[in-house]
Amino acid sequence: MPSFEIRISESGECFPCDSGQSVLEGMARLGRRGIPLGCRGGGCGVCKVEVVSGRFERKAMSRSHVSEEDEALGRVLACRIFPASDLELKVIGSMRRAVLGGESPKGFEK
Amino acid sequence: MAMTGVLRPGHAQVRVLDLEEGVKFYRDVLGLVETGRDAQGRVYLKCWDERDHNSVILRQADRAGIDFFAFKVLDKATLEKLDSDLRAYGVATERIPAGEMLATGERVRFEIPSGHKIELYAEKNQVGNGLQVLNPAPWTPASEKGVAPVRLDHTLLYGPNIAAVQKLFTEVLGFYLVERVLTPDGNGNAAIWLSCSHKVHDIAFVEHPEPGKLHHVSFMLESWEEVLRAADIMAMNNVPLDIGPTRHGVTRGCTIYAWDPSGNRFETFMGGYQPYPDYEPTTWTFDGLGAGGGLDYPQRKLHETFLTVVS
Repeated sequence: MPSFEIRISESGECFPCDSGQSVLEGMARLGRRGIPLGCRGGGCGVCKVEVVSGRFERKAMSRSHVSEEDEALGRVLACRIFPASDLELKVIGSMRRAVLGGESPKGFEK
Repeated sequence: MAMTGVLRPGHAQVRVLDLEEGVKFYRDVLGLVETGRDAQGRVYLKCWDERDHNSVILRQADRAGIDFFAFKVLDKATLEKLDSDLRAYGVATERIPAGEMLATGERVRFEIPSGHKIELYAEKNQVGNGLQVLNPAPWTPASEKGVAPVRLDHTLLYGPNIAAVQKLFTEVLGFYLVERVLTPDGNGNAAIWLSCSHKVHDIAFVEHPEPGKLHHVSFMLESWEEVLRAADIMAMNNVPLDIGPTRHGVTRGCTIYAWDPSGNRFETFMGGYQPYPDYEPTTWTFDGLGAGGGLDYPQRKLHETFLTVVS
């Protein structure tokens, strides 16, 4: 299964993610504290990110959290997207607070 | 206890993002019995030991969550009386004709101040639990398939105005308060557990700014062994677990919280105790919910997802 590199724009941090693995799973396997692991089914919206570049497959996600406008801007739920190339993404919402908001970076090294 | 008025939770219509993925989960992993599909494409399921035709209805939609939660009432006269009591109380009610849902009689639907739609109905076809009514066996093959809870037990809903919700359920629908969690300032309730029966909860609410949200739909198991077996089955099927297996301080239920494939939380639990309407309600402080073990008695912590993740 091909593996791709996911880069977080704001922090420059990178993590690997297989094409069969959701971006959220890839991020979570790093063991970093504070990654918002919610329902992992596209229903609760806590893992919203903005994909700046790269291709990905997506599964259905709740319109309560991802509007059509969001989708057009690449704003999606990390638990429902699967990389088809390297991705660069911005962290928004609760993901932003978790990744950038003063959480210890311990355990997030590659 | 005399069982009159509102009898028990009857059905929950849950929205799923992918119908077949949802059916596969609720039928093959959770182990409910599929009992029908209607012209709208909704799928009907029941727990193995339930006698009525359905208790969980899955509807494919573009957002997760709950459409409505319903209670079965004693008979048609009770339904008429409760409809008239609701209207006298100032609640607008709507009649959903018999047959709109498979095997289900006329329903009275109304919206409560938390933004949820609640229904009452008196009639649903009794398809039985697969056992004879005369000299029955104690269980069936369906009771051994998947997690296989015995019944839809209750729901926990998140929304605003739960003080008004409590008033409506207790003053009009005959429920009583079993347990509550105080707000951090101690002046109001942050969460309430309400019963129309001898159970610790038939419905529960948490105060939350967004209306109409689902925290979980709960299914009852009969032993702690079965809760642990449920955890094994969930792990074997890569079901994302939220909390547990553990024990709630609140209600004393032994529980697992996890999510269906669309992000709707569900619970499989056993235990609790048998309250009566004359019992003084149990009160938890807001700190008691976390550090006091209200949510997770052994771990004594407030899991962040409990307050933040809803559908």
